[in-house]
Amino acid sequence: MNRYLIPLFVMIAMISFLLLGLGDGRDPSKLPSQYIGKPAPDFNLPMLTDLSRTLSTSTLKGQVSLVNIWATWCVGCRVEHGFLMELANSETIPIYAINWRDNRSDALNFLGQLGNPYIASGFDRDGRVGIDWGVYGAPETFLINNKGIVVYRFTGPLNRIFWEQEFVPRIAEIEN
Amino acid sequence: MICRIISSLALTFFAASVFAIDSEQAFNNPDLQARYENLIAEVRCVTCQNQNIKDSNAFIAADLRREIRRMIREGLNNNEIKDFLVTRYGDFVLYRPRYEGKAIILWIAPFLFFVFGGIAVVRVIRYRANLPIDEALDKDGPNQ
Repeated sequence: MNRYLIPLFVMIAMISFLLLGLGDGRDPSKLPSQYIGKPAPDFNLPMLTDLSRTLSTSTLKGQVSLVNIWATWCVGCRVEHGFLMELANSETIPIYAINWRDNRSDALNFLGQLGNPYIASGFDRDGRVGIDWGVYGAPETFLINNKGIVVYRFTGPLNRIFWEQEFVPRIAEIEN
Repeated sequence: MICRIISSLALTFFAASVFAIDSEQAFNNPDLQARYENLIAEVRCVTCQNQNIKDSNAFIAADLRREIRRMIREGLNNNEIKDFLVTRYGDFVLYRPRYEGKAIILWIAPFLFFVFGGIAVVRVIRYRANLPIDEALDKDGPNQ
């Protein structure tokens, strides 16, 4: 009798292993960031609004902040823009940005018309910094702690529900 | 009829090359060009995950091709270039996972299955070979 149970257990083990890969919350099109728990990748970019000033990793140190990857060609960025404005107006957290592979005048128009939620946007014309950050599609939002460590990356348009669910508990955890 | 099939096939294949971007030769040195082409065929496009960056016209694929060309020009070897990609995008970015870390199980699993399967087959055959002929016909397999 026992020898018939062995294949059954092997089967159960294989099925549970495969189910792990199919289970909820594992969207294969969403890649985990390689920088979780590591320092935010070094960058040094001219600011979108004033190319003579620079935005760099050192700007982020000493505060909990968001770094949002956006572009005017990105539909999801338009979708989340309203929520980012809300977030900026509530002064919950400083929002920095990397304007990724964009046209400068389009980007300035976008912010002029819809409002500018960012303390500063770095202007990453050729997408070099985007690659260093492991960006694979805009919008992406990184949560950086006060030591400059990447705590979390959210991909896709951010809204209040995801904010409450994914960011608020993590920020609370950093502050404790 | 055959002519139509051939021409529609030809159109299909040519259509693909129309969409390929910066597909012109990147290096004058044929060795470097070959290295470049092999590399970009092995790197997954992270936004369009069933394509390599050689065939993809996504922004990110174009950027990664440009970075790979830069690194080849700067004299980095294939391992260093793959390190660059894996640091930023994870093992997932390589179509052929490297023989290290968690990926080792992917490489050895087929051999393990083969060995265990072989052992099972040999045991079943030996067992049945020892059964008296009458009993083997009456019963449908080993049931003790």
